[in-house]
Parts: sequence; structure tokens; C-alpha cells
Amino acid sequence: MSATLAVLTRELRLALRSGGGAGLGLAFFLIVVMLIPFGVGPVPSLLAQIAPGTLWIAALLACLLSLDRLFQADFEDGTLDILALSPMPLEGLVAIKAFAHWITTGLPLVVAAPILGVTLNLPESAYWWLVISLAVGTPALSFLGAIGAALTVGIRRGGLLLSLLVLPLYIPTLIFGAKCVTAASEGVEVMPAFLLLAGVTLLTLALTPFAAAAALRMHMR
Amino acid sequence: MSIWEFANPVRFMRLTGKVLPWITALAIACLAIGLIWGFFFTPEAINFGSTVKIIYIHVPAATFAINAWALMFVASMIWLVRRHHVSALVARAAAPVGMVMTLIALITGAIWGEPMWGTYWEWDPRLTSFLVLFVFYLGYMALWEAIDEPDKAADLTSVLAMVGTVFAVISRYAVNFWNQGLHQGASLSLDKEEHVADVYYIPLLFALAGFFLLFLALVFLRTRTEIRARRIKALQLQEAN
Amino acid sequence: MTLTVSNLACFRTGRLIFSDQSFTIDAGEAVMLRGPNGSGKSTMLRALAGMLPFEGDVVLNGVPLGKDHDGVQEQIAYAGHLDAIKPQLTVGENLTFWARLFEGGSIDDAVEQFALAEIWDRPAHACSAGQKRRLGLARLVVSGRVLWLLDEPTVSLDVETTARFAGIIKAHCAGGGMALIATHIDLGLDTPREIMLDPNVVRKSIPSNDPFLSEAWE
Repeated sequence: MSATLAVLTRELRLALRSGGGAGLGLAFFLIVVMLIPFGVGPVPSLLAQIAPGTLWIAALLACLLSLDRLFQADFEDGTLDILALSPMPLEGLVAIKAFAHWITTGLPLVVAAPILGVTLNLPESAYWWLVISLAVGTPALSFLGAIGAALTVGIRRGGLLLSLLVLPLYIPTLIFGAKCVTAASEGVEVMPAFLLLAGVTLLTLALTPFAAAAALRMHMR
Repeated sequence: MSIWEFANPVRFMRLTGKVLPWITALAIACLAIGLIWGFFFTPEAINFGSTVKIIYIHVPAATFAINAWALMFVASMIWLVRRHHVSALVARAAAPVGMVMTLIALITGAIWGEPMWGTYWEWDPRLTSFLVLFVFYLGYMALWEAIDEPDKAADLTSVLAMVGTVFAVISRYAVNFWNQGLHQGASLSLDKEEHVADVYYIPLLFALAGFFLLFLALVFLRTRTEIRARRIKALQLQEAN
Repeated sequence: MTLTVSNLACFRTGRLIFSDQSFTIDAGEAVMLRGPNGSGKSTMLRALAGMLPFEGDVVLNGVPLGKDHDGVQEQIAYAGHLDAIKPQLTVGENLTFWARLFEGGSIDDAVEQFALAEIWDRPAHACSAGQKRRLGLARLVVSGRVLWLLDEPTVSLDVETTARFAGIIKAHCAGGGMALIATHIDLGLDTPREIMLDPNVVRKSIPSNDPFLSEAWE
């Protein structure tokens, strides 16, 4: 337990001291959402219609932004070798790091999303589901991202490749997450989409630490 | 003799060298029969006109677009479990073939879709999931290219193939859910096998067999190329010592 | 406690790095690993740490590395070329993290032995290369592991600190520890044993294990 807390606090400390780790993702989220009206026009009804998808896609891209550093720094400075010899299994380490990534990038997005929802004229009935769907869905984005980050660690120009590998994996989460909010704004039954979203997240949390740890071990060889 | 004997590159080269010309010839024969019969000697369908004949390319290409990924999945698993080098290279060789099959299925679908639906592209669940599959192929191939060490590349792409398979399958059903939600009710089904009459069906079987043999021949050919490239790399390393 | 290595061989991408390495290290022993550049010293240390695939047997205290990978690894501390230090954290935060993760040795001992008290609150990015190395090596003490695998540990250390580090290794061995040290310099340990990796002798004995180099190719 003490080791788990040690890794978690260290990850959070590093994110906070690395020049606005959480702030950058949030700013990116804001900018993407701000660009949408410039692209599609300021018609309130149109914005209301595309608001759920826009917020979800912006959140997804903001999550992607900081993923390439998830294991890269530890790989480059030799920390990963030492962690591999530590009593903590690499799978657990991956899970903690992905969780820390969620706290520093996913959680701020969950908090900021309703405020940006106002600017996009999101229907009133959808706010709670926007927050809930993002809160349940964004952990899956961080954990899936951990697989991509582990696969591309140590690869030159790995960041671009990371996006190519990770974005297709985001499709189910995006579909179910955005559907939650759309359904809520249209006054349709939300639960089917929400349960599927939660299911995908649970599967992701269970599966990814093993896949990402396997990939990291392959890289250290 | 066990099937694992062919996991040895030398044996694999010897065997495929012998059978490849035969498979190729048979593929050409089947494709010629299936396509010529299908295109020129089947009656025009009442509702569809001559456009329906594109199924002789579209359906087999779509079939092997999916099966190529299945082959990659199995070959990657064999590499992870038994570490047979040929298996990893078969997975690598199957990817571009599968990708091209996916592309053919998408393009023929678009060409067919224009007269049928009045649009080249429709966000139909089936079409969309093929687009998703296409993106998965791109990522898989890009990862192979990005890593210099052959064994490490085989390891990592195998992990990607495992994870990708899980999420490709989930995406397939997620896409169904998504479109149903938007459009209510199913769109045009591309699955013709159940409806088509025998006059169309038998040439389709030939075309399917032809595509299967073509697929096999291409995968063998590409695996042979990959094995040779791998041997060159090994020889260069040995020389550099 | 004994480390027994028999017929160890390592391949990297099908290329033989070294082979036929057999030796034992007993409790209380520090052994030097010598050899020219590229002879495979780093590879051997990483293989013994369980981070690289190898052929042959590595047995620590009766338990083979292949059989109980994690169990053997939990006796090993490894220090490579990289210090594994986070520049954003202070010296103290870096060391405390390792101590909490490994839950092994005492921080106070490490601070005293490596003279870290004076730079305890300094951010690691503001430390000199030598100070970083001291901090990196202090991790060995807080990890509380029996077998130390050290890859060029004295790089960027001054003469005084090198002598101090030799003393720390001696103390570790006196307490029943073991060390395998790849280095070019004379550390000043009393009559240490040496293992020589000679690339010219080693190369020819085993052909490559790469199936793509098979002789049967047509």
C-alpha cells in the first residue's frame, strides 16, 4: 500500500512540476471547443445538436496530448529498469501511472466540460449525463492510451504513431459516451448507452495493464 | 511430421517454393471462371440491372479483408506462445494483403452504392466497420515499420494484434448500436448470399475460391519476401561482426 | 547465499554476444567484470538482472532465475549507466521514493554513506553529474538487496567519492552481500576476483541461434 501511494504521489508531483501538466490538456480542450463554432457557424440550434459529440471528441484529443510522455521519460532515464526490479509488479505500476494520468488530464476535463457545454448551447437535460459519461469514460481513454504509450516507448517520432494506434481503440468509448449525452439531450433512454460505456471501461481497466506491461517488458529486452 | 516443422524458415521456403506456382495457376483459373461467368453469362437482375455484378469482386474481397486479420491474430498468437519466426512473418505479410482487400471492398462498395443508394458513401454500420478495420491495418503496419529489431517488432505488433482484435470486434458492434440510434431501422444489407439465386451463386463460389487462392498465394509470396529480407538482415549483422 | 552461473550465453538479434560463462559468487564477495568495449559486460549484467533473455543457468541461492523470475529479481539491485533520477524532484524526494518502493534498507545509512545531507533539498536538475551518480548509487543501499549488479558505477565520481564507494561495497559484502561490478578502473578493493570477457575467444564457440542463418539454405 505504501509503495502504491509512493508511486501515485510521485506521478502527481511530476505532472504538476512539469510545466502545467494538467493545465495544458485543459487549455487544449478549451481551444478545440472554441474552434468548432468558427468552423460550423454560430447557429445555436446547430451547436446544440453537435455539442455532445464535440465535447467528447475534444476531451478525447486532449487526453491523447500528454500520453506520449507516460512511459517515455521513465524509459529514457533508466527508471523503468529499476521499477522492473522493484517488488511492485509492472502491471500494477502501469495501472497506477494510467490512473495518475487520468487524475491530471481526465478529471479536469470532466470538471470543465459543463462550462464549455454552456458555450455550445448544450440542452439543459444533458449536463448531468455529460459529467457522468465523461467521468466513467475518460479512465478508459487513459488506460487505452497506456497501451499505445507502452507500444511506442523509445520509438523515434513515437507520438504520431501513438495517435494512429490509440485513436481506433477509442471508437467504442466515443460512440457510447457521446450517445449518452445525445440521448439525454433528446430525452431518450440513456441507460443502454451508459451501461455499454461502463462495460467498455471495465474491460479496459482489466485488460490494459497486462497488455501494456507486456509491451514494456518487450521494449526493455 | 508435425505442422510446426514448417515454422523453420528453410522448410517453409522449400515447401512454398514448390506449391506457390500451382496455387497461383489455380487462383487465376478460378478467378477467370468466376469473374467471366459472373460478368458476362448471368442474366441481369430485375431490380439492380448490371450493377449487381460487382458482387463478384466486392463480396470475396470483403470476406478476405476480415479473414486476413483473423490470420494475423492466429499467427501473432503462435509467435507469442511458441516463438516461431515464420509465424510472425506470416502475420506481417498478411497485413498489406488484408489492407488492400479492405480497400477493394470499400471502393467497390462505393461504386456499387452510387447507383443503388444514390450516394458513394453512407455511414452504414457495415461500411463504417470496414473503414475502422482499414485504420487498424494502417496502425499495425506502421508499428512494424517503426521498430528496427525484428524480434521486438514481432513481439509488439503481436500485442497490438491481440488488443486490436478485441477492440475491432467491440467497435463492430458499437457501430451497429451507433447507427441504429441515429437512423432507426436497418439500412440496405450488403449480405446477398441468402437472397441470390443459383445462377448468380455458383459463379460467386468460383470467385470466392479464386480470391481465397489469390490471398493464399499473395501471403505466401510476401512471407517468402519477408523471410529473405530477414535473412539478409541477419547476414549483414553477421558480416558486421 | 550464492550466485551460480553456468554456461551463460547471450544473443542480441541473433548475434552471439558472449558464451560459456561459468562462475560463482559467494556471500561476502565482490567480483570484477572486465573486458574491452563491446565485449558484453552490460549485456551480462542485464541478463543476470532478469531483463534480457539468455541461455544457460543462473541460480541464486538454489533458485533458478528461469523458475522463479520475480523471486530471484527481488534479491537484486541493479545500477546501470542511467541514474534513474527525476530532475523535477529534490534529492530527498528521489531517494525517499525509492526507499518507500523497495521497503528495504535505511535512508539514514544511505544519506550518511553517500554524504547526501548537504544536497538533500536541492532539486535534482541542479545537481552535478557526480552528485546525481551518488544519489543513483544511494538507491542500492535503500533497496536492501543482497546482490548488487553495477555497470560502470564510478563514472563521474571524483577520487575521494570513488574511495568512499569502495568502502560502501566492502561494508555491503562484510554484511553478507555480493556484488558483480563491470568497471575499467581499479576500485581499491582488497584482492578482488576478476571475470574476463574476451570477445575474440568467445565469439567462435557457438554459432548463432538465428534460424535465418541456417546452413541448409538453398
